Amino acid sequence: MKKTINIVVALVMAAGMVSCGDNSQRAQTGGKGGLATNAAERVYVAPGEHDEFYAFMSGGFSGQLGVYGLPSGRLLKVLPVFSQNPENGWGYTEETKPMLNTSFGFVPWDDSHHPDISQTEGVLDGRWVFINGNNTPRIARIDLKNFKTEEIIEIPHSAGNHSSSFITENTEYVVAGTRFSVPVPQTDMSIKDYKGNFKGALTFIKVDQETGRMNIKFQLMMPGFNYDLSHPGRDKSHGWFFFTTYNTEEAHSLLEVNASQNDKDFIAAINWKKIEEYVNNGGGKKVPANYAHNVMDEHTHVATSTMMKEVLQVNPLDVPGAVYFLPTPKSPHGCDVDPTGEYIIGNGKLSADLTVHSFTKMLDAIENEKFDGEAYGIPILNFEDILAGVVKQPGLGPLHTEFDDKGNAYTTFFISSEVVKWKVGTWEVLDRQPVFYSVGHGMIPGGNSRKPFGKYFVALNKITKDRYLPTGPELTQSAQLFDITGDKMELLLDFPTIGEPHYAAAIPGNMVAPNSRKIYRLNENKHPYGALNDSDVKIVREGKEVHIYMNMIRSHFNPDNIEGIKVGDKVYFHVTNLEQDFDVPHGFAVIGANNAEMLIMPGATETLVWEPKQVGVWPFYCSDFCSALHQEMQGYIRVSPEDSDIELSWSLGED
Amino acid sequence: MKYLLKSIAVIAIISMISCGGKEEKKNDAPTPIGVQKTETPKKVETENTVKPSQRVDLTNKGVGPVKNVELGETIDEAMAAKGAEVFKANCTACHKPTKKFIGPAPKGILERRTPEWVMNMILDPEGMVKNDPLAKDLLQEFNGSPMANQNMTEEQARQLVEYFRTL
Repeated sequence: MKKTINIVVALVMAAGMVSCGDNSQRAQTGGKGGLATNAAERVYVAPGEHDEFYAFMSGGFSGQLGVYGLPSGRLLKVLPVFSQNPENGWGYTEETKPMLNTSFGFVPWDDSHHPDISQTEGVLDGRWVFINGNNTPRIARIDLKNFKTEEIIEIPHSAGNHSSSFITENTEYVVAGTRFSVPVPQTDMSIKDYKGNFKGALTFIKVDQETGRMNIKFQLMMPGFNYDLSHPGRDKSHGWFFFTTYNTEEAHSLLEVNASQNDKDFIAAINWKKIEEYVNNGGGKKVPANYAHNVMDEHTHVATSTMMKEVLQVNPLDVPGAVYFLPTPKSPHGCDVDPTGEYIIGNGKLSADLTVHSFTKMLDAIENEKFDGEAYGIPILNFEDILAGVVKQPGLGPLHTEFDDKGNAYTTFFISSEVVKWKVGTWEVLDRQPVFYSVGHGMIPGGNSRKPFGKYFVALNKITKDRYLPTGPELTQSAQLFDITGDKMELLLDFPTIGEPHYAAAIPGNMVAPNSRKIYRLNENKHPYGALNDSDVKIVREGKEVHIYMNMIRSHFNPDNIEGIKVGDKVYFHVTNLEQDFDVPHGFAVIGANNAEMLIMPGATETLVWEPKQVGVWPFYCSDFCSALHQEMQGYIRVSPEDSDIELSWSLGED
Repeated sequence: MKYLLKSIAVIAIISMISCGGKEEKKNDAPTPIGVQKTETPKKVETENTVKPSQRVDLTNKGVGPVKNVELGETIDEAMAAKGAEVFKANCTACHKPTKKFIGPAPKGILERRTPEWVMNMILDPEGMVKNDPLAKDLLQEFNGSPMANQNMTEEQARQLVEYFRTL
């Protein structure tokens, strides 16, 4: 009898296990946090409710900028920046193509890395996001009213635009530092002659406070090191900028060995206010350059690309007291400044320790000339004299440090795959949490300002592996959200991201959402080919070029019947969306288009070029479901042989 | 005791297959559309054979921000001219002044509708279709083609009404 009971009880237990098969499997693979805590509740944003933060996360090799909600980790939008985007026609339409123009011609992709949100008096202000294109050096400005890339400026004399795009605390400047030093000006020379001949350009781009327009104010021509990352001084150190360097050995081959020889590399401390004053007084030297400056006009909806031919260069030796080197062990990667502006952290990626420099001691060392030699004429400050402290052996491979609003710092460790929380000032380690896997940057909303919002920490990971359902050898990228309000960091959520999430920047939703544009006003549309009402609708032939002034509203195109187009023509569909209501974009797609479809926002005009190659009657249609009669939103365009004499004609609703 | 054991065993077996049971349900074929249709009660609307667009209702002010509008004895020509401009810029994609296009012609509208109803329809077409029975019927008559909200101001809507008086 007892045996029977045992069997039955065992059966009951087995049943329980089987019926909850999914859950037990999850528990085994590390989900115990979900059972032990209310983590799910803390990241749950109920249907219809909004996230607390916008997080702008670099699109990595997608060249774009991902917008996520925190704490949910929901992807809200991919903003096209440096890469063409067939989802909405960015970089394919005639209006947006100039945005991707460079001195190398049309470059429709890049590798985007470090977004930074504009600030006023060291506090996030929600006007713009800046992000760098790493490969073909560029800086983009995204307007947060429109969530649209409004401006892209190419950086001459730069290569691997990596120590970018960080802003000063009133958004006076956005900086773009070169990772690879190169011959300046570029020239045909032996690579072996690198040492002493290549230069590293640190570019300071002035930002107009009204319009946001960027213009290169000066380029500081530094020795031929690699300039890895940078951060502005803030509060007491406002007016200075700090750049990490590696390869102070100036190796040009096998850098993984040859650029790791020196015990210490440098953080370059740049007094930009001093250089600005020098430049304003006529200092610096104008040199020939060739770089594109691309601007989107909000009213014409058309971008223009201007080739700039000159740039102002500054030799650091010509501005005494403006540039110093802070010795920092060992190939430092991230360069981070705490919210008070006092501490400059060098994350020596090949060192076991974190080095913290003191700004106050730095000023003192400069004043009392506590130098330890010089490099290419630039004074090197004495390491011991500027050292604030060392975080002893917190982990392996420190890369980046962020700060909360309670005097704590959070450093990411790539090799030991963890985040370590430590106390600024005492340098004691308070907590460590593993991440999955191999974290690069970390991000706290506002962590790059005087006033961080110390609620969440986002780990931007380099390896995804087994965290999601596998999708073949190529996986999505991965971020992880920690709650940092308590003594211990608490892992709440994994979420996938586009491209590789290098750096990110986040801001409370209520600082941006109230200003978010809903529509473009038709009466402000100054597009040269806009058909703002039906009496503007027309088709004009100029030789082989045919311009169709078309408009659209739920649920028709005007015109929707077009004849008189010939094989070999270049047809410009200039399409205006006449809607004046929120969230009623229309799409435009035409068969055989060799570029993309395009999305047209209410009140905007966009242009798609179509070069018909085949005789026939071809349809076009709206590609964004717009109304109950969306499927009826279509038209036909007749294409006749090249020698046809059929006249141009167009109509809507006529027999 | 034996009975108890048996029932525990039954519970165990049921809980074992309970997951499977759920999956079976997922595989059920969706309810055929035709069945749904026969279940819908037929609307009896024999008393109203006049098309919604031709119905005359000079008391209904509609649902929306506009509660009361006084029309002048004579047409305010300056205001009507402004209305004509607003009409051309924002309405002509779907409305022709004197004949039906995507939507109805505004000519003679004030013989059938109050100015308040017209303005509410211009200012909040979604709200009207939801809350005003006549607006709802009009959407049916015009093939489910919704009136677009063109984000007009109350002043612009008033100018449009004045323009409609001239047609």
